[in-house]
Amino acid sequence: MPAVSKGDGMRGLAVFISDIRNCKSKEAEIKRINKELANIRSKFKGDKALDGYSKKKYVCKLLFIFLLGHDIDFGHMEAVNLLSSNKYTEKQIGYLFISVLVNSNSELIRLINNAIKNDLSSRNPTFMCLALHCIANVGSREMAEAFASEIPRILVAGDTMDSVKQSAALCLLRLYKTSPDLVLMGEWTSRVVHLLNDQHMGVVTAAISLITCLSQKNPDEFKTCVSLAVSRLSRIVSSASTDLQDYTYYFVPAPWLSCKLLRLLQCYPPPEDGAVKGRLVECLETILNKAQEPPKSKKVQHSNAKNAILFEAISLIIHYDSEPNLLVRACNQLGQFLQHRETNLRYLALESMCTLASSEFSHEAVKTHIETVINALKTERDVSVRQRAADLLYAMCDRSNAKQIVAEMLSYLETADYSIREEMVLKVAILAEKYAVDYSWYVDTILNLIRIAGDYVSEEVWYRVIQIVINRDDVQGYAAKTVFEALQAPACHENMVKVGGYILGEFGNLIAGDPRSSPLVQFNLLHSKFHLCSVPTRALLLSAYIKFINLFPETKATIQEVLRCDSQIRNSDVELQQRAVEYLKLSSIASTDVLATVLEEMPPFPERESSILAKLKKKKGPGAVSVTELEDSKRESGELNGAGERGPDPSVMAASNASTPSPSADLLGIRSAAPVSNAPASAGSLLVDVFSEAGPAASSGAVNDDGFLSSAPPSEDPAPPLSEAEELLNKFVCKNNGVLFENQLLQIGIKSEYRQNLGRMYLFYGNKTSVQFASFTTTVSCPGELQSHLNVQSKPVEPLVEGGAQIQQVLNIECLTDFSDAPLLNIKFRYGGALQNLTLKLPVTINKFFQPTEMASQDFFQRWKQLSQPQQEAQKIFKANHSMDTEVIKAKLLGLGMALLDNVDPNPENYVCAGVIQTKSQQVGCLLRLEPNAQAQMYRLTLRCSKDSVSKRLCELLAQQF
Amino acid sequence: MIGGLFIYNHKGEVLISRVYRDDIGYVLLQQTCGKSSRFLGNSCYLGVNMRNAVDAFRVNVIHARQQVRSPVTNIARTSFFHVKRSNIWLAAVTKQNVNAAMVFEFLYKMCDVMTAYFGKISEENIKNNFVLIYELLDEILDFGYPQNSETGALKTFITQQGIKGQHQTKEEQSQITSQVTGQIGWRREGIKYRRNELFLDVLESVNLLMSPQGQVLSAHVSGRVVMKSYLSGMPECKFGMNDKIVIDKQGKGGASDDAGKSGKQSIAIDDCTFHQCVRLSKFDSERSISFIPPDGEYELMRYRTTKDIILPFRVIPLVREVGRTKLEVKVVIKSNFKPSLLAQKIEVRIPTPLNTSGVQVICMKGKAKYKASENAIVWKIKRMAGMKESQISAEIELLPTNDKKKWARPPISMNFEVPFAPSGLKVRYLKVFESKLNYSDHDVIKWVRYIGRSGIYETRC
Repeated sequence: MPAVSKGDGMRGLAVFISDIRNCKSKEAEIKRINKELANIRSKFKGDKALDGYSKKKYVCKLLFIFLLGHDIDFGHMEAVNLLSSNKYTEKQIGYLFISVLVNSNSELIRLINNAIKNDLSSRNPTFMCLALHCIANVGSREMAEAFASEIPRILVAGDTMDSVKQSAALCLLRLYKTSPDLVLMGEWTSRVVHLLNDQHMGVVTAAISLITCLSQKNPDEFKTCVSLAVSRLSRIVSSASTDLQDYTYYFVPAPWLSCKLLRLLQCYPPPEDGAVKGRLVECLETILNKAQEPPKSKKVQHSNAKNAILFEAISLIIHYDSEPNLLVRACNQLGQFLQHRETNLRYLALESMCTLASSEFSHEAVKTHIETVINALKTERDVSVRQRAADLLYAMCDRSNAKQIVAEMLSYLETADYSIREEMVLKVAILAEKYAVDYSWYVDTILNLIRIAGDYVSEEVWYRVIQIVINRDDVQGYAAKTVFEALQAPACHENMVKVGGYILGEFGNLIAGDPRSSPLVQFNLLHSKFHLCSVPTRALLLSAYIKFINLFPETKATIQEVLRCDSQIRNSDVELQQRAVEYLKLSSIASTDVLATVLEEMPPFPERESSILAKLKKKKGPGAVSVTELEDSKRESGELNGAGERGPDPSVMAASNASTPSPSADLLGIRSAAPVSNAPASAGSLLVDVFSEAGPAASSGAVNDDGFLSSAPPSEDPAPPLSEAEELLNKFVCKNNGVLFENQLLQIGIKSEYRQNLGRMYLFYGNKTSVQFASFTTTVSCPGELQSHLNVQSKPVEPLVEGGAQIQQVLNIECLTDFSDAPLLNIKFRYGGALQNLTLKLPVTINKFFQPTEMASQDFFQRWKQLSQPQQEAQKIFKANHSMDTEVIKAKLLGLGMALLDNVDPNPENYVCAGVIQTKSQQVGCLLRLEPNAQAQMYRLTLRCSKDSVSKRLCELLAQQF
Repeated sequence: MIGGLFIYNHKGEVLISRVYRDDIGYVLLQQTCGKSSRFLGNSCYLGVNMRNAVDAFRVNVIHARQQVRSPVTNIARTSFFHVKRSNIWLAAVTKQNVNAAMVFEFLYKMCDVMTAYFGKISEENIKNNFVLIYELLDEILDFGYPQNSETGALKTFITQQGIKGQHQTKEEQSQITSQVTGQIGWRREGIKYRRNELFLDVLESVNLLMSPQGQVLSAHVSGRVVMKSYLSGMPECKFGMNDKIVIDKQGKGGASDDAGKSGKQSIAIDDCTFHQCVRLSKFDSERSISFIPPDGEYELMRYRTTKDIILPFRVIPLVREVGRTKLEVKVVIKSNFKPSLLAQKIEVRIPTPLNTSGVQVICMKGKAKYKASENAIVWKIKRMAGMKESQISAEIELLPTNDKKKWARPPISMNFEVPFAPSGLKVRYLKVFESKLNYSDHDVIKWVRYIGRSGIYETRC
């Protein structure tokens, strides 16, 4: 709006505005406005034509009323009329009104567009600028449709004034942002790029904004801008501060232009042309050098401008990530800023360092600043800067300094701001896990974490501790001890109680030997926390109690007493009540061996990428995941599983280093269900070929469809069964479910059910790594004459197993006649480059087809006598391998599948069982007698079956079990 | 119970602030605690809270973008009840679930009391009398519970003269105490007048919404009986009117022709409320209104009727749109009462469209003018006798706009004053008995006046 001067000013408008301002109340204001509107209406309606001045005045008043928040539904026509005026002020007000009040009124839009077109084609630069500004301010689709083709012409025309060019560039940018599909650069591209060479710095500045935006969308078309930008930049950087006159800002030559140029360069990879690259490196070096020079002015504007360029240059260096020398220099420069007086600079330095830490060249250089960063974390006054410092610590952490950093972060956590605590906790948890050299340190760290900032420890963190403790038997004892000690603190956090309850419930027995932590002491300790906890924790504690009953029978009475009391068994919370009732019944009714089976130690968790990492990522929002973390986790993925007593598997390490076949999503530990498309899979397998000694047949198998896979024999022979296969088999004689096999890569779980002569077995193949398994195949074979005894049908499995994923296979088993061997399971897959091949015995034994038979003492002995032929009987006397606990033995015998008969044998110490083995061809009756001798730790096992081969086989199998 | 009472000016500045309950905190605490550090953080916090509440009302009601039409506003679980008198906002604030009618009754009473003490309620007057207002607030609200708000009674002990030279005698003090705490709190003993006079006004406002065809869509009369009594001693009064129930009851006992005659004249009162001096038990049992009147001016009763209303004026509108740019309006008003009576202050307001660019008016009687600031043609007639009619015609020029919305045609409204009660209410008697002092009903000079005004009196066009 033009200044209201006496000559050209609009007195009526000034009076009106002052009237409005003097209004005492809203009503008075509305009245005044109504009056003015009526006046304007009558003026516009009036027969005699208004002169330009009054038209301008009234349009201006309308605009003012509109800006006060009232609807204006007339006057558009008058405003459009103003556009055709030759006076600058009138035209200006007209355009102002249009850009504020335009709506998609078709007839008016046509008129407006006409007026704009006239102005654009006039040679008057002021009018052209006004028109361009109006287009940019409205920026609607209609405008884009009408002028998208016109503006580039103005932009690149040789005779266009510089100021118009600037406006045109920015106007085009606006149109491109609103409707990119309408702005087609096409033939103009190269000429627009050449605007970078324009004499006028203003034009270059405006053009760079446009080019940056355009090249982000289609980088290839604008590739040529790189060399131009570099030369422009070098000219600016090398110019003396006086060269650019108008564009020198506090002794810094064209700072905005430089920043924009550097930002434009960040859209592209490093220039391939050596000369250009050399020139650019030179520029960057000059910028870095200039930062070292003493400031030419004490003014803050000078240093701001200088630093702005510097930071953009550093971002570019980080973006290129190819010049070790520059990276290190940038890092050192940032290191100086870390102690700068300006908070903003410290913040920016920390932020940039974070990205620098991810570069392999500068990681070490960043690490040298660790003391400063830790100091910043402790002393910084601004919370956002502290947050950055914590981020940087996280980013610069590696195996060498993990202990120090984690310790520092832990100690800072005690005083940290509430807003960043949860994130800090997650970070500490991740670092502790990722760089854990020995797991007792890990356990210590996490327990400390819970102690210090229990409220901020999310579920995921303590889940993870338990997963790790369960999966590694070497820390279990230590964990139990530490937790026990931690729980002794007078006040401990609920999360600590949860961890404590879980770990003591599982591994309390490991420390029970010490009288200071005898079972009863443990229980009392846990129970002393019970009443202070919330419902979920109480539920967990109840489970821990029942586990105690199993672990320490001597605590049974005490715990039952606790469970029986009204506050448990009649608890108002359904979950707690149910648990109390069920556990009480379980402990009092079930026999010890049932209890032992039900409350068996937790099986190891399927190994997978930490869920904490996923949580951190979710917290920071998508896109915030820095490359560092990805690469770190890639780098460390091998170590994570391999660390500890086993040591990293060299082949695995080699594989993960040699090939990077998996998409990054796998590394995040998010178990993505989305199947990976075929293309990367085949690419992966091609890569694999280079590194594996396998022939081409194998790689073709990887990409072929399922039908081919299952029928075609694999090129390699199945590996011989593992040496421990027999042992594994024995584990499953008396149970149907469990983990069949596990190594660093793969875990195979098993679940089976049998009815009569039929069985169904579910195999679960879990990928413990973060890399997918390619060409995963499984074959079940029945060697030798087993083929005629047992019929096993399997469905083929998916050839790809994603990292951390699990696939399932179903086997249908039919027992044709009795058998003694076990079917073989051969598994082949490619992990990284290496072909993995292993063969296992499937735990299918004859006893699985047992049908229990109940009979009285009389019947039993009658049948016993009937099976009196010597070949029908098999007997074995052997030493006990396990404890001779009655309940355990009973549980095992029941697991065998036979009926355990009470009150049959005159000696109550002895166990007697009966059952019928169902095969397709016949039924085999079996009787069993097991006589333990507790003193000698010996057993005598006698089996009598209607078929002699069965007795022998059963006797072999069972002898291993006790 | 009211938590606090605030009076704002039109800018939203707090002129009077009186807090009765802690749950809404105290606005001044904020300022006090800024000055002295003796206040603990907690009370500061409270102050901040209240500050928020006071600001909340200003932001959400006084300075709201849209006009707030509801007199009750709930902001952050705090209820604000407000009434507006010219440019002044009175807001009662509470956190509890109070009887809203009670709060408004109190606010109106508060306005009456203030008017009785210092005339018109304006920012100027409130600023000049703030000490008095705080004194009044102390008296008429205790812990947020309304107390005696009878102006006459209040005036005996809250005076504008300040404390007089000599202190009030013990007698006077005890008299005040016994009166304020006694059974008849609204009247003191020992009043004496040379002339016993009594003024009785029946003030009614008639509300109407009529369709263009002359069909009554809704109509009701809300009336008040206001009295001014200058009577000596402790007189017992009895007020009688043509209430249908009373007349019918009497008709049953009396002659049958009398009942037929009075049945026509009696009115059906829908609901009514009384001044506290009226003996409600007697009203309930005998439907007779008997009371010991306060001294001075007071409102004896309020009532509402909806049946058999005499509509003093009939408005017949005729609106014709000629093309997009012209509108012809013709409005006829007819007076519908006895020719001997004169209506006064008649004003007809004809709304004009928002895109009016010019108006020509011709009227036979009175003056008519287009008021742009109100978007209406205002036609004023000073006087008009009954059974007459008058007409106005106007030509409105319109500016074509690109607004597609059609004009909503707001109703034509009307204001007037007539010297009768549109509800048909008649005062049958007002008897005064004073047993102790020696004057009888005949010695009292009584004046009765009827005034009917327009409330919202609208006709659609």
